[in-house]
Amino acid sequence: MKGIFDFLKIGADKTEVLCKKCGKETSRAKLEENYMICPECGAYLRMGAYERLEMITDKDTFEESDKDLKGGDPINFPGYDKKLDEARKNSGLPEGVVCGTAEIGGIKCALFVMDSKFMMGSMGSAVGEKITRLFENATKQKLPVVGFTTSGGARMQEGIFSLMQMAKVSGAVKRHSDGGNLYITVLTDPTTGGVTASFAMQGDIIIAEPGALIGFAGARVIEQTTGEKLPAGFQRSEFLLEHGFVDIIEERRRLKYTIANILAIHKK
Amino acid sequence: MATSEKISAYERVQAARSSARPMGGHYIKHMIDNFIEFHGDRRFGDDAAIIGGIGFLNQKPVTVIAMERGNTIEERMKRKFGCPAPEGYRKALRLMKEAEKFKRPIICFIGSSGAYCGIDAEKRGQGEAIAENLFEMMGIKTPIISVIVGEGGSGGALALGICDTAIMLENSVYSVISPEGCASIIWKDSSKAPEAAEALKLTSHDLYDFGVIEKIIVESDRTTEEICSDLKSAIISEIFSKEKMSEEELLSARYEKFRKIGA
Repeated sequence: MKGIFDFLKIGADKTEVLCKKCGKETSRAKLEENYMICPECGAYLRMGAYERLEMITDKDTFEESDKDLKGGDPINFPGYDKKLDEARKNSGLPEGVVCGTAEIGGIKCALFVMDSKFMMGSMGSAVGEKITRLFENATKQKLPVVGFTTSGGARMQEGIFSLMQMAKVSGAVKRHSDGGNLYITVLTDPTTGGVTASFAMQGDIIIAEPGALIGFAGARVIEQTTGEKLPAGFQRSEFLLEHGFVDIIEERRRLKYTIANILAIHKK
Repeated sequence: MATSEKISAYERVQAARSSARPMGGHYIKHMIDNFIEFHGDRRFGDDAAIIGGIGFLNQKPVTVIAMERGNTIEERMKRKFGCPAPEGYRKALRLMKEAEKFKRPIICFIGSSGAYCGIDAEKRGQGEAIAENLFEMMGIKTPIISVIVGEGGSGGALALGICDTAIMLENSVYSVISPEGCASIIWKDSSKAPEAAEALKLTSHDLYDFGVIEKIIVESDRTTEEICSDLKSAIISEIFSKEKMSEEELLSARYEKFRKIGA
């Protein structure tokens, strides 16, 4: 998944990239400087977990937890082990979420950042387990949690185990909340299915990046099932804001500032 | 019908979906005395895909939340074939909070292909409604017994599935995705649904072996009356044992029930 930028058409050195939205070329360096936003048309590129952490956390403060935690193949689903190997090779990640602690604007917090490069950020047992542990540790240490979501939804190759991660994480979020701790979610493109229907929507404060696809049912499925024509901007951040489901839509270049500000206002 | 071990996973899916199969309303009618239905989420509207209310289970006051798809075509249209909208989940949560206040145990009957899929449901926050139920049900201080009586379809089923004891009727199924959906995504061929049903391990026996559910109510060679009566006894005995626990013990056991699943 290369998001809206097409690296392949330009060449293997990847120094020049092509924006799929406006069709213009830009340099990788320029793109990075510009928060992975197309300098030509303003379109947002999907960010990897480590890129995101570098953008959001104070320099050299991130300490990763459960880095190598991997899930198994709980229902022996045909071809899943091979698919996992491929996903690991292609993404360079052991699983679809990166967790740890860091400082943002000098305030310590626990963070999880999902990565759509790994099987579309789908929720398998390892993703659920890592996020659950993160919340449990944050509850013990009374730390706020900042979570970046991006997910196609369930990891169907894990069957009921995938579904039950929604319940498991929700339990840990509830305990963290009961302890009086702050949870900020940042919804990024795309956040859908079981992740939307659990921890993405459980934040005390819900922030969304502009133009991100956020929803429960897939747009195509809705169109096919109901025969209704989808309205313009359906399931985009702005649609959710209008209907009352996100607190703020924040530009990427201001995200760190806004999160730091929210953390400072909640500092005990 | 063949003996239970010989029924294929997809045959169970079909049994779970059969239009003749009793859904939540049936169990309310045959199990709950003096049932009074309560309507509405006090926010937007009333969702007929979920029946909620109070009554007596063997002289014990209980709150019941049940998915129901209806029997006639008119009723099925009205109940959206049993697919709940956000206001249905919000009504369910409202009634669960009421049950908590008056210290009544809660019984949830689950049978739906999934949460309603449509533009209006998204507008009103289908994802948020389910998320809120998962979060709040983890903290409801009275026992919750969830029974899957038909098709337990994904997040839309789980939204009534955070519980202390999960019971499945033998031929009900519980899955992260429909076999047709799974087959069309993975094999680009929805006609491979029977293979997908097998692969997803969605039968009551699979889920019991995984430790995801605690009890199976045998269906083969039993009449609907016998099944209903067995289920009633099972629910009564589960409520009895959960009510012996302190609130703290109950909530911590509920947390651990889900905490132990996966990785």
